[in-house]
Amino acid sequence: MPDKPRHHILSVLVENKAGVLARVSSLFARRGFNIYSLAVAPTDDEKFSRITIVVDVESSPLEQVTKQLFKLINVVKISELDPAHAVEREMMMITVNAEPGTRGQVIELVDVFQGRIVDVGHDQLTVELAGPPSKLDDFEDLMRAFGISALQRTGRVALPKLERTATKLRSLGKVG
Amino acid sequence: MKLNGGQALIKSLEMEGVEVVFGLPGGAILPVYDPIIDSPIRHILVRHEQGAGHMAEGYAHATGRPGVAMVTSGPGATNIVTPLADAMMDSIPIVVITGQVPSAAIGTDAFQECDIVGVTRSITKHNELVTSAQDIPRVIQEAFHIATTGRPGPVLVDIPKDLVDPNNPNSAMEWEWPDSIDLPGYKPTVKGHPRMIREAAKLIAEAERPVIYAGGGILKARAAEALRELAELTGISVVTTLMARGAFPDSHPLCLGMPGMHGNYTAITSMQQSDLLIALGSRFDDRVTGKVGAFAPDAKIIHVDVDPAELGKVRRPDVPIVGDCKAVIEELIKAVRELNVPQPDRSDWDAQLKQWQAQFPLHYDQGWNEGDALKPQFCIEMLRDNSPEDTIVVSGVGQHQMWSSQFWRFNHPYTWINSGGLGTMGFAVPAAVGAKVGMPGRTVWAIDGDGCFQMTAQELVTASAERIPVKVAILNNAYLGMVRQWQELFYEERYSEVYLSPDLPDYKMWAEAMGCVGMRVEHPDEVVPAIEKANSIDDRPVVIDFRVDWTEKVYPMVAAGTSNDQVILGPEMGEGGH
Repeated sequence: MPDKPRHHILSVLVENKAGVLARVSSLFARRGFNIYSLAVAPTDDEKFSRITIVVDVESSPLEQVTKQLFKLINVVKISELDPAHAVEREMMMITVNAEPGTRGQVIELVDVFQGRIVDVGHDQLTVELAGPPSKLDDFEDLMRAFGISALQRTGRVALPKLERTATKLRSLGKVG
Repeated sequence: MKLNGGQALIKSLEMEGVEVVFGLPGGAILPVYDPIIDSPIRHILVRHEQGAGHMAEGYAHATGRPGVAMVTSGPGATNIVTPLADAMMDSIPIVVITGQVPSAAIGTDAFQECDIVGVTRSITKHNELVTSAQDIPRVIQEAFHIATTGRPGPVLVDIPKDLVDPNNPNSAMEWEWPDSIDLPGYKPTVKGHPRMIREAAKLIAEAERPVIYAGGGILKARAAEALRELAELTGISVVTTLMARGAFPDSHPLCLGMPGMHGNYTAITSMQQSDLLIALGSRFDDRVTGKVGAFAPDAKIIHVDVDPAELGKVRRPDVPIVGDCKAVIEELIKAVRELNVPQPDRSDWDAQLKQWQAQFPLHYDQGWNEGDALKPQFCIEMLRDNSPEDTIVVSGVGQHQMWSSQFWRFNHPYTWINSGGLGTMGFAVPAAVGAKVGMPGRTVWAIDGDGCFQMTAQELVTASAERIPVKVAILNNAYLGMVRQWQELFYEERYSEVYLSPDLPDYKMWAEAMGCVGMRVEHPDEVVPAIEKANSIDDRPVVIDFRVDWTEKVYPMVAAGTSNDQVILGPEMGEGGH
């Protein structure tokens, strides 16, 4: 799990152009760094996309990768978010076995976790759950007892917390 | 004005002031070769696309203007991959245009298709696949802007054939030259941070054993004059790295010459023992630092670089300054003056430097007996002393490169062109051709090894055909000499696959077959007359095959991975440790 000390979140604002994701991901691949999760979508301005990268490396090599990332012509801004001072959310869809005998227990847990049932079969349910990644981990653990037949997580997105002080540890913005 | 994409491409190059393109046509780029006939741009037809790339680099090195190469898709594009990587490592501004298969065929394994944008992603500063003929002027303008600003580098533009083919409706476009560049993610910092510059001035005023560590960035920033002013103002001695030879005159009393693996003792040791390194446009390359943990242990670091990713990459600076070397040095000069404190008494340090220089000069065995082969260093000294002072020297990679850097006297910027970062064998001949095209009034000598020469010699056919009178001195020791040197020193003299033969090929005949004047020199008395003859020929290329001593090694040497405290001076002088 990357939630411990070595887990870093990079929020990268890029131009919304073909090939940008490949440029970004290849900088990590070149050094053998595994990207733990990745979420990409356009921002409110459709000319730009935001890439949220969770990566599992030491700080000092990450600093070098961050600087290299910033050299990419299509990268506009990079913020490294401190997990302690960021709001992280992730969404998960999970299809779990829920035969008539256990269905009630599954539904109860879905309610406790404030998930939503989005599809119902004869002996399975598909549940949608959003929230902090650790909550998703917990739910996933609980569902394992019933039998998970499919699971898909989106990878996390994150923004800095508003009310605390140290929002951005390092932020490279292009002057001008 | 309605144009087709091919016309728009050529017109865009003209708008960028391009005077020469190095290239070789093929299927996908064919439509662009038609409007070139009507353009004032000179096209130089190479014999191999790698030659086009290195010529563009040599041109850019010599002139400071971006070099341009144009090749076709697939193998044409992959053949220029090495020059792109070379230009990336040495920060050379070049723009490479590659043809691509028609848009509809991309991704279908079409004839001569290669995803060159994918292949070159990590070895270009930027690259782009053009998707509409209308975008061609903008993409070309951006390519030149990106290649030449900030930390310079190679840019590749890949253009599908349908966008430039007048018979295809996709090539229709309305000519419009953008009046501004909109790259929201690209705004290089030019001016250094004023507080950091004041901090740097303070460190300089406190340092007792400072050394200026000048790198290739000085030349890229056209900062040689500013560097000289800073050195003279502060009285601080300067080492010039392999990429910065000529950035500070070798004849200057403050010049310590080249540091690094094959640097001279004083340059290496001055850095080791300094208390302040002023790194200007240099990047703490492993060939300069030796074992990083043992490099200049007592030195504080001022690091000036236009590329923020260089600061702290190898050694954490005490004062990091992001900015253009020229702008920062000029501000630093002002800050030193404004600080208005006398530089400390450094007479002991200066005396120490002079003593090292006297005690450990560059050195080789000059004795010669009948039947001996020539000393390669002697050949270089004779070339140096019998050629114009502003001769441009271009080298390949290996022993001849190190000897050239050591034994030439570089007193002008932009007179030394070599492949430093990538270490590309075969660089010299095509890069010399490119340099001569850019600087036709100057004498251009390629000093090459026999191994290197065999890799790209075919570009002398280009030089003959295009009347580009470059001169090539092959230091022919019949070996891959630097590899042989390592096998001798580190592999117990077990020589594996390094012997090349002195006369296969016959270099004189080969040169003549390529339309050059060919000469062979074996006796010391023939050296100077051959050089004089070569320097008098101005209507075709000249090749001299100097038969040199294969046992000769490059010294001093700091073995890879060892500390710069362990300088091996050579067989007669032992180790200059301290």
